[in-house]
Amino acid sequence: MLLENGEHIIGSELLVAGIGTIGAGKIMEVVLKKAQLTLSEIDFVMATGYGRRNFEPANSELSELSCHAKGVLFKNPLVRTIIDIGGQDAKVLRINDKGILENFMMNDKCAAGTGRFLDVMANILQIPINELEKSAELAEKPAKISSTCTVFAESEVISQLASGETVGNVIAGICNSVASRVAGLAKRVGIEEEVFMSGGVAQNGGVRKALEKELKVPIQWSETSQMMGALGAAISAYEQVKKERCI
Amino acid sequence: MSNEVKKKYVPDPNSAKFKLGKIAADAYVDAQAAKDRGELIGWCSSNFPVEIPETLGLSVCYPENQAAGIAARGGGERLCNISENDGYSNDICAYARINLAYAKTKDAPEQNMPAPDFLLCCNNICNCMIKWYENLAKELNIPMIIIDIPFNPDYDVSDAQVAYVKAQFLDAIKQLEELTGKKWTEEKYQEVMEYSGRTSRAWLAATAEARHTPSPFNGFDLLNHMAVMVTARGKKEAAEAMEVLEKEYKENVQTGNSTFRGEEKHRVMFEGIACWPYLRATSTGLKSRGINMVTTIYADAFGFIYDDFEGMVKAYCNVPNAMNLEHARDKRVKLIKDNHVEGLLVHTNRSCKLWSGFMAEMSRQISAECEIPHVAFDGDQADPRNFSEAQYETRVQGLTEIMESKKGGC
Repeated sequence: MLLENGEHIIGSELLVAGIGTIGAGKIMEVVLKKAQLTLSEIDFVMATGYGRRNFEPANSELSELSCHAKGVLFKNPLVRTIIDIGGQDAKVLRINDKGILENFMMNDKCAAGTGRFLDVMANILQIPINELEKSAELAEKPAKISSTCTVFAESEVISQLASGETVGNVIAGICNSVASRVAGLAKRVGIEEEVFMSGGVAQNGGVRKALEKELKVPIQWSETSQMMGALGAAISAYEQVKKERCI
Repeated sequence: MSNEVKKKYVPDPNSAKFKLGKIAADAYVDAQAAKDRGELIGWCSSNFPVEIPETLGLSVCYPENQAAGIAARGGGERLCNISENDGYSNDICAYARINLAYAKTKDAPEQNMPAPDFLLCCNNICNCMIKWYENLAKELNIPMIIIDIPFNPDYDVSDAQVAYVKAQFLDAIKQLEELTGKKWTEEKYQEVMEYSGRTSRAWLAATAEARHTPSPFNGFDLLNHMAVMVTARGKKEAAEAMEVLEKEYKENVQTGNSTFRGEEKHRVMFEGIACWPYLRATSTGLKSRGINMVTTIYADAFGFIYDDFEGMVKAYCNVPNAMNLEHARDKRVKLIKDNHVEGLLVHTNRSCKLWSGFMAEMSRQISAECEIPHVAFDGDQADPRNFSEAQYETRVQGLTEIMESKKGGC
């Protein structure tokens, strides 16, 4: 994510892969090339996410917790609860009335309730991850996927399909399973409106709707929900420059 | 290339660190010497009243202490695997798994201890302890003496509970006298009680020095020093060494020194048993961000203050894992307020279901009352397979950023 003067997004790219920080390095090259800029013209590079401490071009690093909070508040300053379901973890962030991250709760290290859980399930069902929502909409009666363990849930899905359950019902069950796990975290933090969902899983309407049902609140999202962490990092980079230059 | 030869660090023999380290190490040597002399020696759970074997002049070793040492030196997984291969579930306490494996193999280069002739078990720390020691007793075919101190659902310890537990203390003394031929004397008990009181008072006074900002010590020091509180608090040398520790911390306050290296930017309370296999990773994750873990209930839990036998019984009924949530919460709230803590870092310890189980609600209540953020990370006191450094780092960094923003930084 390339941000100009803390306001204008002048470039962004997404790569859902990469070993170590190679992916981030490649993405930065692409963004700079498209914007016809070089790294030396960038005032401040802020890294976030797993591997943030090892990304050499970065001037500094910030946790994805603070970054998601900054990114979402940039979009909507009235948000008080952020649900971020990413590939490796799920978290619920509480924002206070001053717009500052006040507390958060993360899943334990088990993959249940994260985007990786959905990846694994999409893989068994041989359905592209971005088509899960469409299939979930066809469900007449969502199947019950009760296993917390991703591998056990995988066996459960296979058994349900073998017993004649429809793919739509199984996918809706998978979405409900993720939603129920994350709703538990959200209830522990305490839901305060407005609620926004960030991270890649926000694009999955099946999970979003299941979460709305569980939490009984409307959940906002954006087509760029997956980029909220990067946006927050870019905003934070701008804030650092401002601080250094006493702007 | 430098020709300098790095000198081996030799601690000052008059320092508390040296004295406390020696007492902890000597405990194993002394027990082995007693065994070699033909005396009966025991294995003892950490919150069993140490005053009983000490007054009777019996040497005991502490399996929890040994398991922590083995785990910190990298042997936890090896011994856990041995127990698991014998059919013990990896859901049970890793200290138990390590010790049950050690009872079978009788060798661990990380920390050996002599085989027991009797077992002293007290369930005021957890109930897993009972089955663990029962299995040891059966496997090794040796007697087990148990003191049952049930979880107290009320805020205060009742006279009825004291009476129930006191009778068991007296029975344990009688059983040990019959088993070992050693005799309980009131004179010796008074001496042990005095040393235990001196040790505990000095320990609590030393840890209370964290009320100063910056703290005169790195809280991780407490995790090492507390080995003496667990194993030797009724000994004269323990009382003397703890008084040196208290003096050193007080001097540090006067001179502005601290064993915490670097600037103390934030102060947190650590909740739970240390993650021994990753002590360096967990400590560096804090230190690199200028976070000092200034206090933990785990350390203060081993300071027992009382004036007589009944008072001692009551003190053992009032340990953190045996008291109700409101009482346990209030003790922590006091530590947080006394020591100006800004955040709570909770170790969700797979080994300790009891402690980790009540922490979710207690963290919420503490956070609300003290207006501090709290964060939990997954780990284990001794099984290295239950920890992820990247996940720990993210949580600690999140906590740091919240503490910074509350101070108006970031």
